[in-house]
Amino acid sequence: MFNDRTAKFLLLAAMMICVGGAFAPNWIVNQFMFGFSRALAILGLMVLWRTGLVSFGHAFYFGLGAYAVAILDSKFGVSDVFLRLMAGAVVAGSAGFLIGFIMRNYRDIFFAMLNTAISMVLFGIVVKTESLGSTDGFAISASTIFGLAPETKYPLFVIITLVGLTAALLVNFYLKTTFGKLTTAIRDNEIRVEYLGFSVAHAIHLKYTISAILAGGAGALMAMSLGQVDPESMINWTVSGELVFVTILSGPGNVIAPFIGSLVFEILRTYAFELAPQAWQLIMGATFLTIIFFLPGGIWSLIEKLGGKKNEK
Amino acid sequence: MKNSSSILEVRDLLKTFGAVVAAKDINVDISQGEIVGIIGANGAGKTCFVNMVTGYLAPTGGSIKFEGTELVGLETRKITHAGISRSFQVSQVFHSMTVAENLMIALAIANNRGTDALSLMDTPDLRLKLDEVLKRYKLEPQKDATVSALAQGVRKLLDIAMAVVSKPRILLLDEPTSGISVEEKFDFMDIVMGALREDGVTVLFVEHDMEIVERYVSRVLAFYQGEIIADMPPKKALADKKVQEFVIGKEHHKKKK
Repeated sequence: MFNDRTAKFLLLAAMMICVGGAFAPNWIVNQFMFGFSRALAILGLMVLWRTGLVSFGHAFYFGLGAYAVAILDSKFGVSDVFLRLMAGAVVAGSAGFLIGFIMRNYRDIFFAMLNTAISMVLFGIVVKTESLGSTDGFAISASTIFGLAPETKYPLFVIITLVGLTAALLVNFYLKTTFGKLTTAIRDNEIRVEYLGFSVAHAIHLKYTISAILAGGAGALMAMSLGQVDPESMINWTVSGELVFVTILSGPGNVIAPFIGSLVFEILRTYAFELAPQAWQLIMGATFLTIIFFLPGGIWSLIEKLGGKKNEK
Repeated sequence: MKNSSSILEVRDLLKTFGAVVAAKDINVDISQGEIVGIIGANGAGKTCFVNMVTGYLAPTGGSIKFEGTELVGLETRKITHAGISRSFQVSQVFHSMTVAENLMIALAIANNRGTDALSLMDTPDLRLKLDEVLKRYKLEPQKDATVSALAQGVRKLLDIAMAVVSKPRILLLDEPTSGISVEEKFDFMDIVMGALREDGVTVLFVEHDMEIVERYVSRVLAFYQGEIIADMPPKKALADKKVQEFVIGKEHHKKKK
């Protein structure tokens, strides 16, 4: 699991980021926390994208993860970071597993829009339900670590970085297994996969569940980072669109890409908002167009070009 | 032609699409090691028969038994697991991958039947098997080429090689030489049939080229309007009046004479 270039780079980068974070100003630590939290969901969407499937509704799982944390906090007083993270991933993963029985039968626009429809149902329920915080959502208490309440955000930053590292290593390993290699094979030719003796439906179901677990974990980490959940910023269809935006911005080439893409997105959005509070979407949209026209393989394809990987081949 | 060594038994097979009868009264037994040519004009029911045996189409009626196991109603992958594999008229391969990657996926699935799909795909054991397949199907020069950039003949070879790595007992080939030049067709078939004979695979192949049929098969099934009108050795079949009239075409036969 650790003996390829990607794994070595991830380990080294995570170590440097953890050390660097101790000396970095708060705003940088925050950017990394938000970016890496979102990157987990992007990792899952990347697995789906490689299979030729795009979901415009993964805010459903992102929101489930975030609300699992909020409900555990407000109703049961659970503040442990690991319990919260696990709850987010398990709730979203279980929902993904169940919904996966439906989703594995659909492709293309139907797959994309069915996910959107499901996320909109959850959005509607949350907005209309007082006990779920309605439109205001919940404030979330600071996370504790094995009963200890850290004074700064640094320990949470380290945990998010390490969770991101673990997820990236696991997905990197997964992509090298038979199941993982089937991602591109299914996108290319489902008929051949079936005739080789493998169930396409089972493979898609697993990939979908993985993406739901990752999106749930991402939502849980984001909720703890922000200290607040509300339907608009966690479940709405615009959040799903944002996740797809970052997935395309990142590119599907490598598990490192979602982390770089998410950080670029966070920084871009922050500065776009500062520069043009009334027209920041214009900057984001222009960036999106630039990526589609000039870097269809996302930021990762640029890194590959700069690194001369294609020339080596 | 029922005999004790039959591994595939087809009984009263029927396929209809609304009012259109695509296959009817198909009764056939295939023995271990036979090389069977399936001939017929376009729309005669050849591919429909192959599709029903391999689970791509569900028959309207009848039974298909492979070594005593009923295949009707089984999913395609279960039929593959049972020991029946196929290639396609239009090669069904993974176009964005290299030849080696295509075969590695086929080998990995064949190796664990999906039960250990979370094991690493690129292992030394599979690499050895890959080299063997590449050599046997003469695909070594194209090993690292992306499939979308390859000629039709190479894709066809790859398609067949992928179907065979699971070590099927029966292989069905749908028009293996379609899209392959006249100069290359015998070389192509020599590679394929040589490899298949080595493995002792029973082969059924759909073919329009009677030169190929005469040269490679031991038995012919001639289809006309969804029915088998002749089931006999190739020389006899090609001289049969019905086959000449409904399959080969009288004009073609006269020209050849």
